[in-house]
Amino acid sequence: MQQKHSIDRRAFLKLSSFTGAALTIGFYFPALGRETAAIVTASTAENLGIALNAFISIDKNGSVSILNHRSEMGQGSYQAVPQMIAEELEVSLDQVSISFAPGHQNKYGNQITGGSSTVRGAWKHLLRTGATAREMLIEAAAKIWSVPKDECYAQNGEVIHRPSNKKLGYGELVEEASKLTPPKQVVLKERKKYNLIGKPLPRQDTPLKVNGRAEFGMDKKLPGMLYAVVERSPHFLGKVKSYDDSAVKKMPGVKHVIKVHMPVFNTVREGIAIVADNTWAAMQARKALKVEWDTTGFEHLDTAALYNRMKEDLKKPGLSQRTGGNFEATFAKASKKVEAVYETPYEAHACMEPVNCVADVKEDRAEIWGPIQGPDWIQRDLADRLKIPIDKITVNMTFLGGGFGRKAFTDYTTEAALISKEIKAPVQVVWTREDDMTQGPFRPGAMYECKAGLNNGRIAAFQTKMAAQNMGHQNPGADKTSFNDSITEGLPEPYLNSIDHYSFSDIPTESPIPVMWWRSVYSSTNGFAYESFIDELAVAAEKDPLDLRRAHLRDERYLAIIDKLEEITGWKSRGKNSGWGVAITECFKSIVGEAVKVSKQADGKLKIDRIVAVMDCGWYVNPDIIKAQVEGSIVMALGAATTHATNFTDGKAVETNFHQYRMPRISDVPDMEIYIMENEEKPGGVGEPGLPPFAPALCNAIFDLTGKRIRKLPFNMNEV
Amino acid sequence: MASYKLSINGSSFSVEADPKMPLLWVLRDLLNLTGTKYGCGMSQCGACTVHLNGNAIRSCTMPVSAVGTQKITTIEGLSTDNSHTVQQAWIAEQVPQCGYCQTGQIMSAVALLKRNPNPTDRDIDMAMQGNICRCGTYPRIRKAIHKAAAMMKQPPAKGF
Repeated sequence: MQQKHSIDRRAFLKLSSFTGAALTIGFYFPALGRETAAIVTASTAENLGIALNAFISIDKNGSVSILNHRSEMGQGSYQAVPQMIAEELEVSLDQVSISFAPGHQNKYGNQITGGSSTVRGAWKHLLRTGATAREMLIEAAAKIWSVPKDECYAQNGEVIHRPSNKKLGYGELVEEASKLTPPKQVVLKERKKYNLIGKPLPRQDTPLKVNGRAEFGMDKKLPGMLYAVVERSPHFLGKVKSYDDSAVKKMPGVKHVIKVHMPVFNTVREGIAIVADNTWAAMQARKALKVEWDTTGFEHLDTAALYNRMKEDLKKPGLSQRTGGNFEATFAKASKKVEAVYETPYEAHACMEPVNCVADVKEDRAEIWGPIQGPDWIQRDLADRLKIPIDKITVNMTFLGGGFGRKAFTDYTTEAALISKEIKAPVQVVWTREDDMTQGPFRPGAMYECKAGLNNGRIAAFQTKMAAQNMGHQNPGADKTSFNDSITEGLPEPYLNSIDHYSFSDIPTESPIPVMWWRSVYSSTNGFAYESFIDELAVAAEKDPLDLRRAHLRDERYLAIIDKLEEITGWKSRGKNSGWGVAITECFKSIVGEAVKVSKQADGKLKIDRIVAVMDCGWYVNPDIIKAQVEGSIVMALGAATTHATNFTDGKAVETNFHQYRMPRISDVPDMEIYIMENEEKPGGVGEPGLPPFAPALCNAIFDLTGKRIRKLPFNMNEV
Repeated sequence: MASYKLSINGSSFSVEADPKMPLLWVLRDLLNLTGTKYGCGMSQCGACTVHLNGNAIRSCTMPVSAVGTQKITTIEGLSTDNSHTVQQAWIAEQVPQCGYCQTGQIMSAVALLKRNPNPTDRDIDMAMQGNICRCGTYPRIRKAIHKAAAMMKQPPAKGF
C-alpha cells in the first residue's frame, strides 16, 4: 500500500464531504429494467436516458435511473441512497431503477463504504442532488408553459402548474431540464413532509436476492475469462523460495502457473497462481503444487506468546492522549478501588462470499469487477500499480456477499490485476474459504487494563490502557509514536464530562499479522472492556447498573435511552439476580443501548431469553433496515463473544474453515426487540453501532445471574 | 472427463466434466447457473444448497458422477417471477441483507416445508442448522418460514 493511500479511516471520512462532486450535465446512463442490477460502465453506457447530474438520469418515458455510489454489502445503501434522492426528486421508488456507480471520486465524492458513513456522510449532498434535479425539471416546465416558476410544483414524477392544473411528466421535461444551469441554492423538504424518508419501505434489492439474480463478484463472467486460485504463503509475509509446477501443468484444464504477489500494507505476500478453465480445475491442480517457502522470522508467532506480550506491554505507560485532572493522585486516595483486565480475540471477517475479483487488464487500460468496498480508492491504487492513467481504469462494484471492512483492502484487486496482466486474459481470482480465513487481514485482538476509584458511590477516577496492534502503524512510513486515538472509540463521551480524573493510553503491539477494520472497528473490542468495567463499578458502588449510568451520562440522548431500556425491560420490577445485563456504547455518531436476559436451563446450560436494543441514530432513512442492521450486528457480536476466534500458531492462522471458526447458527439466536429513538439529531451510523454493546450486556447479564464475571472473549455459553 | 446428462429445473443439460467435479462447479462454471453459491467447499455452510429429487443437499461436495438421473432443482428453478410462496415470504419479511447465503437458505426452507408444512421453531432450528448467515438474518428467516407455512394454507399458493 502506498503511503498516500494509507488506510487512515479518519482521512477517508474527512473526504466524505462532497464539495468536490460537481454536477455534470450530458453524461448518459442506461435506463435499466427493474429486475436488473446492472453495473454502469463506460463500456455499457448507452444513450437511453438523459442525465441531470452524476446520480440521476431520466428517459423520455419518465423512467428514472439513480446511481448508488456506495457498495451494497447488506447494510442497505442500495435502498438508502435512492430513497433519499427520490424523496427530493418527488418520485416513488416504483419509478426508479438503481445501479451501481463505478469508482470515480471526482464525480460521486468519497465512495469508501466504511465507518457507517453512507447516510451520515452524504445525506445533505444526496438530498441536494435530488432537489437540484427537481428544481431543474420545474424550471423546464415553467419555461415551456411560460408561467412563473413559483406557480409550479413537482409530485410523483410530474410537474404541475397550480393555477391551471396542467401537468408534464419528467420524461417530457428532461431534455429541456438538462440544458439548464443547475441552481446553486435549493430548499430541502421539511422532515414532516417526507413521503419516503423515515418509512420502512421494502428494499429494492430483495427481489434480486431471493432468486439468484443478484450479481455478486463470484458470479461475474466475461467472454474468454479464466479462473485462478493462488497458493499464498501460509505464514504471514512468507516468500517463495522455490516451486515445482511440473505435476500441476499436467492437470486437466490448467492454462498457466505463475508467481504473483499482493500488497499487504508495507510489505507483500507472495504466491503461485494456478490459472485454469474452471474454478474446480484450478483448485484441484493447486493440490499438486509444491512450494518451498521462506518464512524466516515468522514461524514462532503464536497467540499465547502474543497475548503474553500484550500483558507485559500493559505495564508500560504507553502513549497517552486523553487525560483530564489527575488520575493517579485521585485513584490513590479513592475510598474504593476497582481493577480489571479484559481480553478480546483476533477475528476473521468471514464474509459468506469469499474474497474474489475479476480483472481484465490490457496494455493501456484495465477494468475490474468484484465485491469492493472502496472503488475510488482501488481505481487510484490500480492506476499507480499498473502505470495506467486513472481515467483508463474502470472499477465496478458488484453486490458484496458481506464486507465488514475486509473488502475495503486492495490486496485482492491488485493481485487479480497482476495475474490478468501477466496472462493477457480476463481472469477471476477466487479465494477458497481456507484462503479467506487464514490470510487476513484480521480484526486485531486487544487487552485492556481498567482501573477506577470510587468516592461516595460515584466514579472519581477512571483509567484504561489498551495493548493492541495499531492499524495505522502498518502503513509505510507510519509514525509509530502516534497515539491510537481509536482507544476512545465506543466510549460514551459524557463519562468524560462527569468523571473529573481520567487517563487513556495505548501501547501499540508489534506483530506481522495484517489487521484491518472489522465491523465497528475498535469499538468492537473497546465496548466490551468499557461497559463490562462500568458494570463492575456499579457492583462495587452497590448501585443499580442503570442508575450508575444515569448518574454519569448526563446527556439527554443517553438519559432517554436509559429510560427506554428501563421501560421495555420492566427493569424496576425485575427480580434480584434475574439475569439481566445492560451496556451502552457510542459508535460512529450513534448511541446504542442493549439489554440481555439470560437464564439457566434444566441441564444447567445458559440460555438467552431476551435481547432488547435501543438505537439512537438521529435523523434516519429506513427504520426496517436499521432494525435489520442492529439484529445482524448483535448476531455477529454473539459469535465473537461466544463461538469463534482466530488463533495463530507457528506463524499461521489455525482456524481454516467453518468447522473450526464456528459461527452462530439459527438455533443460537433468539428473537430480538429493536427500538429506534425519534429526535432531531443529525444522522449517525447504522451498519455497525449495534455491535459493541452486545458482548458486555450479555456478560453483565451472566454476572447478574451467576456471579461469574467474564473478562475474556470468546467464552463458551455451555461452560459458564 | 466424461459426459453427463443432467435434469435441472425441468430441462435436460449435457455437460463434459471430470467425474469428481462437484455439482456446485458444474452449475456455476459450466452451466452459468450462478444462483447456487460457493461458501466453504466442505458442507459446512449451506450456501450451495440445491434439491436432488426434492431433498436439500450440499452441492459443493456432491460429485457430478453421483447425480445420475435424479432431478436437480436450483434457486433458478423455484419460479421465474418470485411467485414461489417461500420467495414471497422472504420478501414480505425482508429477510436478505447481503443476500449471498439466501438462495441456499431458501432451498433448505423449501425442502423443510415440503416434508413438514407446519414446522415449529424447533423443527426450523433443526432443518436450518446447516445454513450459516454472517449478516445474522436468522430471526427473520424463522419468521419467513412460519409465514410461508401460513401462506401455503391459503389458496391459491403457488409452488410445492
